[in-house]
Amino acid sequence: MSVTLAPKVDAGTRVPAAPRKHRYLVWAVVAAVLIVALTYALPPFRNYQLATVGAYLCVTAGLTVLTGLNGQLSLGHGALMATGAYTVAMVQEKLAGRGQWTLLVAVLAGIAVATVAGGIVGLAAARLRGPYLAGLTLAVAVVVPAIASTFDKTFNSDQGLSVYVDPPPLALGATFPYERWQAWLAWAGALLTVFLLATLVRGRFGRALRAVRDDEAAARIAGVNVARTQVLAFVVSAACAGLGGALFAVLAQSVSPGAFPISLSLFLVMAIVIGGLGSLAGAVWGAVLLVALPALTHSLTELIDVSPAVAQRLEGNLPLALFGITLIVVMLAAPGGIASLRLRRRKA
Amino acid sequence: MDRFVFLTFDGLSRGAVYAAFALALVLIWRATRIVNFAQGAMAVATAYVGYSVSAATGSYWLGFAVAVLGGLLLGAVTERVVMRLVDHSSHLNGVVVALGLVLVIQGVLGMIYGNEFRPAEAPFSREAFTVGGIALLSRFDLFVFGAVFLVVALLVVLFTRTSVGLRMRASAFAPDVSRLLGVNVGGMLTLGWALAAAVGSLAGMLVLPTELGLHPNAMDIVFVSSFTAAVVGGLDSAVGAVAGGLIVGLLLSYVSGYLGATVAPIAVLLLLVVVLLGRPGGLFSRSAARAV
Amino acid sequence: MTALLEAEQLTVGYGAAPVLHSVDLTVAQGSITAVLGANGAGKTTLLRTLSGLLRPATGRVVLDGQDLRGVKVEQMVRRGVAHVPEGRGVVTELTVDENLRLGGLWRRDRVDAKRALDEVYDLFEPLARRRRFPGHQLSGGERQMLALGRALVGRPRLLLLDEPSLGLAPKVTAQIMGLLRTLRDRTGLTVLLVEQNVRSALSVADTGIVMSLGRVVANADAATLRDDEDMRHAYLGF
Repeated sequence: MSVTLAPKVDAGTRVPAAPRKHRYLVWAVVAAVLIVALTYALPPFRNYQLATVGAYLCVTAGLTVLTGLNGQLSLGHGALMATGAYTVAMVQEKLAGRGQWTLLVAVLAGIAVATVAGGIVGLAAARLRGPYLAGLTLAVAVVVPAIASTFDKTFNSDQGLSVYVDPPPLALGATFPYERWQAWLAWAGALLTVFLLATLVRGRFGRALRAVRDDEAAARIAGVNVARTQVLAFVVSAACAGLGGALFAVLAQSVSPGAFPISLSLFLVMAIVIGGLGSLAGAVWGAVLLVALPALTHSLTELIDVSPAVAQRLEGNLPLALFGITLIVVMLAAPGGIASLRLRRRKA
Repeated sequence: MDRFVFLTFDGLSRGAVYAAFALALVLIWRATRIVNFAQGAMAVATAYVGYSVSAATGSYWLGFAVAVLGGLLLGAVTERVVMRLVDHSSHLNGVVVALGLVLVIQGVLGMIYGNEFRPAEAPFSREAFTVGGIALLSRFDLFVFGAVFLVVALLVVLFTRTSVGLRMRASAFAPDVSRLLGVNVGGMLTLGWALAAAVGSLAGMLVLPTELGLHPNAMDIVFVSSFTAAVVGGLDSAVGAVAGGLIVGLLLSYVSGYLGATVAPIAVLLLLVVVLLGRPGGLFSRSAARAV
Repeated sequence: MTALLEAEQLTVGYGAAPVLHSVDLTVAQGSITAVLGANGAGKTTLLRTLSGLLRPATGRVVLDGQDLRGVKVEQMVRRGVAHVPEGRGVVTELTVDENLRLGGLWRRDRVDAKRALDEVYDLFEPLARRRRFPGHQLSGGERQMLALGRALVGRPRLLLLDEPSLGLAPKVTAQIMGLLRTLRDRTGLTVLLVEQNVRSALSVADTGIVMSLGRVVANADAATLRDDEDMRHAYLGF
């Protein structure tokens, strides 16, 4: 596997690990404080968008590890999100009304189920390369609505399931806005994910990931267990996708196959490519873009004077076309994506 | 038994379409080592244009011709404007760019035509003839068989009997040597993409009337089925693509018929997994090792 | 004798250590010129530059008085240049017949292209017996015949040959070298021959060019090179 698509953004390994880990912790705390402050400044709708960015960030960060650092392209992460989301819906239904703690259980269960699913796909993926893997994972993405319809007693076909979510804890005050609570939940997950991934990929595991991506044969000679590394990368990123999906279920308070179309999986790939493969900062860019671009086109369609029908068409499809064009242009002009552009400029 | 016979013919008819579509994927894969993930979207785009022309002129066949010729043009433009610029040092680059094309095409189609299903009429009756009380084939099925057979025959003649076909094969196998021998390799690539996209468009025109109709995403599942067909046959093998198409068509028909239509995509996924893990070079490859 | 091919100040690659460094050379019409030198001397790069596969950073190539800058690779064959690349360049997925036909596809004169094809079959009898065989089933010697024959179908004026003796038995090598001489005598073909096998190359060549580390270090009669003991020890290793 070559490196073109995935720029090497390698931090020096000579720096001792411990201070670095502390630095990530400091970053995470600072980010958490900023987010909390932000949620007090933003109106409810913006908080909901902020929460969505957080949920996306879980997924894009995990996908960055898989595709950017390990060179495995997955078009099926939307499906992995769906497993997490449906699990949350089912667990919450069983445990509804017993308190806030059930949400944690449900989300953990969602992560667990997605991890198992990702492990199965990963076992197959470790034996596949390039377009074969892309095709297999695409087939996984396509199968979501079929599974929901085939086992409609459990998943209720296209209608999907509703997700029970408790109101914000009373300790926060009776008038605490629901959207702010959602943003807190989503970003708690996102920051934890990014912190854990950042710590993970700076160490031995990260070096193994990159070694496998750059040259499998060389990695094998250097003593890296290639297949195990690839499966682990899939498992880790599946867990992140499961968390992201679980958070989506919590935010939307419902799950249905329509929420996890193929285009979602393509969006995720687009987000990490444009954000810049191989760096977690790129994953943040990507997550922001996933929410910001549709929002921008929405504002745009409101500005221009068109009939509601046309506006609706534009709103659903203009982001699609823009995402696609951006993806193509970025791939042709700068395979490293936005983050690599930034890096290059700094170096120059 | 009656049902089995009917499902077999139905499966072969579907399979013929998957075979054509898989053949188009194989054409491009052999020439450029890119799996054209945008092929489904491209076929839908030309089908929309074709049906628009049919609606405007009242002639199905004019629209049909426009769709296939549109595929030729779209394929050539895609290769010239986009794919030629892809950095081939990583497998991922071509796939990601093709995915970008999928988003662009589906977005543009949605903006122009909306995201409702539109009817895609068939040029012939889809009611099956019955022989001795057993429903066998419809006129449309016969049309599908005829069209796919014609395309396969034309491609075989083109590649084995003409000098253009020889140039195309040489360009795919050994681009540098071909250039030294005066072959316009870039032109052959463009031609290859154009032909493949036209075959894809034809397959689209043949399959859309049997599905729910026109929709920007209408070919997503067809693409996955055809990709599976191509992998079953070995991505490098044109004969394998045809055989793989028929196998996938039959599987889908039996599964839909006996277990329900919603199970079909799951069956395709399972087949893909089994083949990829068991024989990654395809069922018909001489050596399994050379595939990846 | 007039020069068919001239290279002036060819530099390929950049920086402190280019692959070719200010190479000048002249190939006379109707001559056989051997390019000699150790591995990594830049011989193959030189051929690839002469046939347009590589673009020089500076310098130019002149064929029969015409500057070849900006001429595309696929046009070179139309100007009479045939390049048989290292490793023989047989398209192994195609049959013997298809490989040979490929060599004449660019020609307008279909009748003569067919005639040239038949001549090649007369010249290389083993190929005539294996017309329908795919290239990967041929022996090393047969592949060399096929690559050479495919070049001849285009009736070139200048033949660029990269390591024709690589991996061949001495007897086969001698046959091929003898053939080059016959072709030159009969048709006036000009040959530029890159070889590791110095003895057999100098046995057939009129002129020898010795390269080392991307530069031309000697350019002399083949006979002179054969007899120059210092040269042989320093660069040619025998």
